[in-house]
Amino acid sequence: MSPGSTLLRRGRVIDPRNGVDGVRDVLVRDGQVVRVSEAPLDVPDAHGVEAEGKWVLPGFIDLHVHLREPGEEGKETILTGCRSAVAGGFTAVVAMPNTKPVNDSVLVTEYVKAKAREADLCRVYVAGAITKGLQGEEMAEMGALVAAGCVCITDDGRPVMNAGLMRRALQYATQFDLPVMVHEEDLTLSGKGVMHEGRTSTRLGLIGIPPSAEVAMVARDLVLLEETRGRLHVAHVSCEGSVRLLREAKRRGLRVTAEATPHHFTLEDEAVGDYDTHARMNPPLRTRRDVEAVREALADGTIDAIATDHAPHGVLEKQVEFDKAWNGVVGLETALGLTLGAVREGALSLSRAVALLTDGPARAFGLPGGHLAPGAPADITVVEPDVEWTVDATRFFSRSRNTPFHGRRLTGRVTQTWVGGRLVFENGQMKESR
Amino acid sequence: MKHLLGIEGLTRADIESVLRRAEAHLHGAPDASHVLRGKVVANLFFEDSTRTRTSFEMAAHALGAEVLNWTTAGSSVSKGETLLDTVRNIEATGPVALVIRHRSSGAPHLAARHVRCAVINAGDGTHEHPSQALLDAFTLQRRWGEVEGRTVLIIGDILHSRVARSNLHCLKALGARVVLCAPPTLLPAGIEALGAEVTWRLDDVLPQADAVMCLRVQSERQGESFFPSAREFSRLFGLNAARAERLKPGALVLHPGPMNRGVEIAPAVADGPHSVILDQVAHGVAIRRAILEEVCQ
Ligand SMILES: [Zn+2]
Repeated sequence: MSPGSTLLRRGRVIDPRNGVDGVRDVLVRDGQVVRVSEAPLDVPDAHGVEAEGKWVLPGFIDLHVHLREPGEEGKETILTGCRSAVAGGFTAVVAMPNTKPVNDSVLVTEYVKAKAREADLCRVYVAGAITKGLQGEEMAEMGALVAAGCVCITDDGRPVMNAGLMRRALQYATQFDLPVMVHEEDLTLSGKGVMHEGRTSTRLGLIGIPPSAEVAMVARDLVLLEETRGRLHVAHVSCEGSVRLLREAKRRGLRVTAEATPHHFTLEDEAVGDYDTHARMNPPLRTRRDVEAVREALADGTIDAIATDHAPHGVLEKQVEFDKAWNGVVGLETALGLTLGAVREGALSLSRAVALLTDGPARAFGLPGGHLAPGAPADITVVEPDVEWTVDATRFFSRSRNTPFHGRRLTGRVTQTWVGGRLVFENGQMKESR
Repeated sequence: MKHLLGIEGLTRADIESVLRRAEAHLHGAPDASHVLRGKVVANLFFEDSTRTRTSFEMAAHALGAEVLNWTTAGSSVSKGETLLDTVRNIEATGPVALVIRHRSSGAPHLAARHVRCAVINAGDGTHEHPSQALLDAFTLQRRWGEVEGRTVLIIGDILHSRVARSNLHCLKALGARVVLCAPPTLLPAGIEALGAEVTWRLDDVLPQADAVMCLRVQSERQGESFFPSAREFSRLFGLNAARAERLKPGALVLHPGPMNRGVEIAPAVADGPHSVILDQVAHGVAIRRAILEEVCQ
């Protein structure tokens, strides 16, 4: 199907990279943005779309999602994950390598890409593993993974505990200018912990994970980064100590980027309540002070991107004793509403929030998109800003329902998602090409 | 009370009501054998505890109930059945109450969300052990008349102790001052927020105590480096004879059992004039009868 020309009329275009925030007409042709015009455009052959009263944003980019395919298709498939993405306004996602088998080989990378092409909804970028089988022992074939199209490497879900190996991975990756994404957790400090260590873990009699489990590893990797001159991307920053180190590292010009999830900048450890396994994630939800620190870091540029760490799990993984439950929450369909919640609470400006969903992640991994200048891909998210809605996990496009936000009132909803100039989602409906 | 999942959240009136019922049972005054006649109480022990299980069993029988004892030994749990499967299967046999003991903190809460009958927490992980705390409070109250205004010192592995958490909530609700004493590695983060005072200077606080509760030191913790050795623990935190001499004259000594004699408590102290450890054992059944009555009425 040929995308043809489309004219999105009179929407409020917010494009932080290009400094645009105002009513514009956006003309799209052959999958690309052609013009963004303050004056109304008259293009007779274009398909017109009325966007008055809505926001017209660059398509959102999520650097951190688990699509579960291959291996755990009961939780999510690349198709259902892409549906969930476009329903949440995401036009591109980066798929983590902790699948079964692990993506430490060209075969798995190509499989994910093929399935994504078949799904034909959003762009799916692939992350390869740092180490074979995520075992933390031997480096995976990074050059082959890059050649197959991997945009970063990560052992996400696990840290690389061996500092020598981590140092060499950072060093080796410099020849590809590849970001190395890290899940920062010193396993000797987190131990058997299942939630943040503090008054709530003590009250519930659950083993706590101290912030030092994350901060100590951030410190280690920043030291290694400085020596190797590589590129480091810190996944799901959860606490004040990490933020402080990242801020200082950026000030000194190290090539480090970072992301934070909507749940970490929205919820505190108290959300565990009476053993709600939907609030079990790794890193764990932390304190009010940590939430505030993460919000400040999002606002001041210390953190570059909002990423969901979309982690689908079935009922069997969550309807169990808290210490036996699996970590993770689905996030694609609630990310915008939660981000706008932080905007309404005054933690972020609207344009900074949009940048964190678009320009920030695009730059962190050097991905196309993230803005709407002529020549950019026509990946566009249209948002109805004032509509209030209630999160209903049973209606997620994701195959899984593990969210601590079921029943929460959110404001702002995606009404259209365009990928490469093609409308793939509109008003709650998928527009699949097949 | 629909369930007894923990002491946290109970009011002073709730606690006093259980203690009053237990007092009546202890005197044997009312014949209670009709209270649960024809009903079934199911004991679900995912973790071994003969003492607690037997005590609940005796209490249920005394109220006229049938007891269904279920343990993990040789059960379907080893074949991968989940907690909820087990709980639902047992519930289908129609008990009025499930008495649950489990290694995981919060397991009784999970069960309670999915069954209609009452759930009694008989000890969950490192969270709570409410019936133990109630019997401890009962023991203290019977000696003192009033727990209010007294200082209770709890010594030992607070971090892993469900008994300590339940006692803290219970004694605070009754108006006592609670001091927790342990090496810093065994004091959980933020426990002060639950109303405790904490210290690792045992000899400073010992003379202030109206009652001292020694917790069991789990020998398996030694390999985890919470403290260097049982000998060192005993030297710093054991209630030995010399320390016992520094107790207030009428101070009471408790232990939830089973004891490591010579580690957290010296034999002479466990069997000495301060000890109310045998009272605790005797009060267990009365308290559990009272609990079953409260949740099944
Ligand atoms: Zn992840």
